[in-house]
Amino acid sequence: MRTRFQQGLDDLRARLLRMGGLAEQAVDRACQAYIDRDLARCHMVLEGEFQINVAEREIDELAFDLLALQQPIAVDLRFILAVTKINSDLERVGDQAVNIAERAMDLVELPKAELPVDIPRMAAAVSAMVRRSLESFIEGKAELAQAVLEMDNVVDRMKDEAFITLVKTMNERPEVTRQALDALLVARNLERVADHATNIAEDVIFWVRGADVRHNVAPETPLHQASTDTH
Amino acid sequence: MGVGIKVDKLNAWFGKTQALYDITMDAPANHATAIIGPSGCGKSTFVRCLNRMHETVPDARAAGRVQIGELDVYNGTSAVQIRRRIGMVFQKPNPFPTMSIYDNVAAGLKLNGFHDHKRLDEIVERSLKLSALWDEVKDSLRKKSGASLSGGQQQRLCIARALAVEPQVLLMDEPCSALDPISTGKIEELIFQLKEKFTIVIVTHNMQQASRVAEFTGFFLLGKLIELDKTEKIFTTPSDKRTEDYITGRFG
Repeated sequence: MRTRFQQGLDDLRARLLRMGGLAEQAVDRACQAYIDRDLARCHMVLEGEFQINVAEREIDELAFDLLALQQPIAVDLRFILAVTKINSDLERVGDQAVNIAERAMDLVELPKAELPVDIPRMAAAVSAMVRRSLESFIEGKAELAQAVLEMDNVVDRMKDEAFITLVKTMNERPEVTRQALDALLVARNLERVADHATNIAEDVIFWVRGADVRHNVAPETPLHQASTDTH
Repeated sequence: MGVGIKVDKLNAWFGKTQALYDITMDAPANHATAIIGPSGCGKSTFVRCLNRMHETVPDARAAGRVQIGELDVYNGTSAVQIRRRIGMVFQKPNPFPTMSIYDNVAAGLKLNGFHDHKRLDEIVERSLKLSALWDEVKDSLRKKSGASLSGGQQQRLCIARALAVEPQVLLMDEPCSALDPISTGKIEELIFQLKEKFTIVIVTHNMQQASRVAEFTGFFLLGKLIELDKTEKIFTTPSDKRTEDYITGRFG
């Protein structure tokens, strides 16, 4: 057993989980800030971004060290590659949370407006995707990750519906255009968070099963499909 | 050109101790196949069965079928015939210490009664070029002994000696384990080039080396072939848990 290497992998895993917690918290706070028009929460999200960025750099640095010094292969190599990609996705989740918080800060200055879009429902769905994608990483379970992929279509539909109804609202009620535009941008931000959660789930499947399921090209096709043609 | 190797239910023993169990695998022509596994797993025994060197150990025997191209190694072919078709390079470079560089390379041919000097000169030059040693020794072919070369040069001299008899298969048993990284790099580059002309089977403890030089890799454990597949598959997504545990250093 390579003890130092194993410690490095454990450290990488623990750091990514902390990073995941920060990103998940940022999205939840930003959505709640938008829903409640809560400026204090908005500031918490903006301040939290710094921690996420620092965590991203530390994780990348540790992953580079392990790649350079330990020459990982097979499941360990897949794990480290997956971690570096998940790391990048989590940092972008943090960026989307900041964008949502900025929209909330804009909204606070505007009169309240009833809009035909259910942002809290969409936020709950997206938050669940992020949480489950991280759970699939914690548990190392591809089945949990697979369930996240299936949730992405639901969020995509929510965003499409939000776009249609909000554009219609802007045409019919020009006085709430800014509020509708904010809602439309938040819907887009949430849809992007869902895309990052999907990426995380795909990376977990890559780590656990060694299968590349991205872009629906060849679902569940293992890497380097065994071939006997040259034998 | 190289020829394919087909192994079917190969078993080997040292006295009453069985070292290999029903090994069945192919090594395709003009490719490098690496054999990896922990010490004592039977990988060296396996390659020594391919050219019948195993039987040179007292009380050792092998049973099963090994085909080198059309040649049936254990049925109706002499050991001498087989070793003419299969060159072998060992862990420790073993040049003939009292012979010149030239004579080291020409030794196998001379032993077989080949004495056409002009042709010998051509073969020695070609073999040394193939083993990427020519430029370093061309001015001292007859002046320097094989033993005067560095470890890495000696190993390339041994490769040249093996190539001089124009084999179809080259077996390498941990050819770089006694060499520094620069010499190892040269031998690995050489293996890559030699695949165009020969079929190579290489035993190595160095998994990075296997991944660098071989298209196929077989994992041996306790005398059994656990898994043989494309090298990139073995080192990224092996099918067998035992392979994964070994290559990731969880045992062995």
